[in-house]
Amino acid sequence: MSIQITCPNCGQRPIEEFIYGEIFNVPDTITELDERDFDRAFMHDNPEGPVTERWFHSHGCRRWMTMCRDTRNDQILEKIIIDK
Amino acid sequence: MNKNIERTVHLEWKEPNASYDVIIIGGGGHGLATAYYLATRHGITNVAVIERKYIGAGNSGRNTAIIRANYGIPEAVRFYQRSVELYAGLENETNRKITHKQKGLLTMAHSEAGIRTERARAEVNKAFGAETVYIEPDEIKKICPQLDMSGGGIWPIMGASYHPGGSTAHHDRVVWTYAEGAMLRGVHIHQRTAVRGLIMNGDRVTGVETNRGSISAGIVVSAVGGHVTTIASMAGLRLPIRTHPLQAFVTNRYALQLKPIVMTADLLTYASQTAKGEILIGAEIDRQPSYSYNSGHHFIQSCTHRAMTVLPFLRNLRILRQWTGVCDMSPDYSPIMGKTGVSGFYITTGWGTWGFKAIPVGGEQMAALIATEKTPELIVPFSLSRFAKDRTMADRGSAGTH
Repeated sequence: MSIQITCPNCGQRPIEEFIYGEIFNVPDTITELDERDFDRAFMHDNPEGPVTERWFHSHGCRRWMTMCRDTRNDQILEKIIIDK
Repeated sequence: MNKNIERTVHLEWKEPNASYDVIIIGGGGHGLATAYYLATRHGITNVAVIERKYIGAGNSGRNTAIIRANYGIPEAVRFYQRSVELYAGLENETNRKITHKQKGLLTMAHSEAGIRTERARAEVNKAFGAETVYIEPDEIKKICPQLDMSGGGIWPIMGASYHPGGSTAHHDRVVWTYAEGAMLRGVHIHQRTAVRGLIMNGDRVTGVETNRGSISAGIVVSAVGGHVTTIASMAGLRLPIRTHPLQAFVTNRYALQLKPIVMTADLLTYASQTAKGEILIGAEIDRQPSYSYNSGHHFIQSCTHRAMTVLPFLRNLRILRQWTGVCDMSPDYSPIMGKTGVSGFYITTGWGTWGFKAIPVGGEQMAALIATEKTPELIVPFSLSRFAKDRTMADRGSAGTH
């Protein structure tokens, strides 16, 4: 039992073929530019629940795609969309 | 689970008070050790440890129980060496068995770069209080005859650092021993009590909201493992932590003795023998940030292949059990301990895949911080503020897998 990602180009492939890409959400409450840079460099939302993230199919079509996954059970919640 | 604990240690469960001097969120090794050292070293006993499941249900019950101090930077060597010493004395101090066994640790080099790393590790260790020597293949083979020195023909073992202080213990017994030691001195431990929120009085944390009601506290400490960002966000605190699953598995009983703990950094795998004779094997974290405890087939496939490269006898063993923990990974693979910038709220986190070995020193140092309100010198390098000050304690090569 391993996590499968349905790549729109390549079909259902094991997660080991992909590289993870976090989407950084710097809180709007942080307004100072240096502090925003620091937050982007180090801080994580790291939520328990649905998260929008990107995966790069390094061992396949080599395209970035965006999806929504629930980190509590690794269920992929929405259709996976490849970057244009 | 509780019947087994009750045969080993004596635990008494009480109803929560309305308030405590100190509330520790998280009934794992770090939280319980903190409570134990608060009670035994500082006489602070009006303390509650709040655990949402049962003690040791999290990473403390899921690790591969390796104790070592063979890290690559001075701050880490000093810190983990203190823990090696505390672990060595724990059975005597508590009059309880934790199946502690000092057996030595081999960290093998399969390349010139690996040789340089292990030579450097030995020198840094020696300089800062830990015992480690660089050894050549003939000595490696003497220490661990089961090794395939050719590394399956692909990963020849060219050298290794040998750390005599490398030890193993029984992770659950460590948890239960600290729990009992704290409880005997008046600390309360509340299982099946989940923290839903932090009570704030202005800027200061003054208690916790739980599924069993509100409890106020002078100081609240988070000793939570993988789920730490959830707790921190209750205080409006962002953390440089990302949670990743870490898998491990254990084989059936191996009839001979695997003397040392065997680690191969290049192959990112390590193995040790349990008290029951089984071989316990671990490797690297999963690539996806996740809180899921699902174990996977790929891990077994990849990890067994690497382990068998250096320990071919594994071929004849069966996998009994596979499991997962969720690790709070920090950017520099070093822990994050101390004040948070939020008044009344301390934290011990960033234990990633390297937390078990530090349970005693982590507890000892956090207790000293709580008691004196001053960050002890040994953990100043691990402050949360280090990232903003560009003083990261980067030591991924040493923390890597365990």
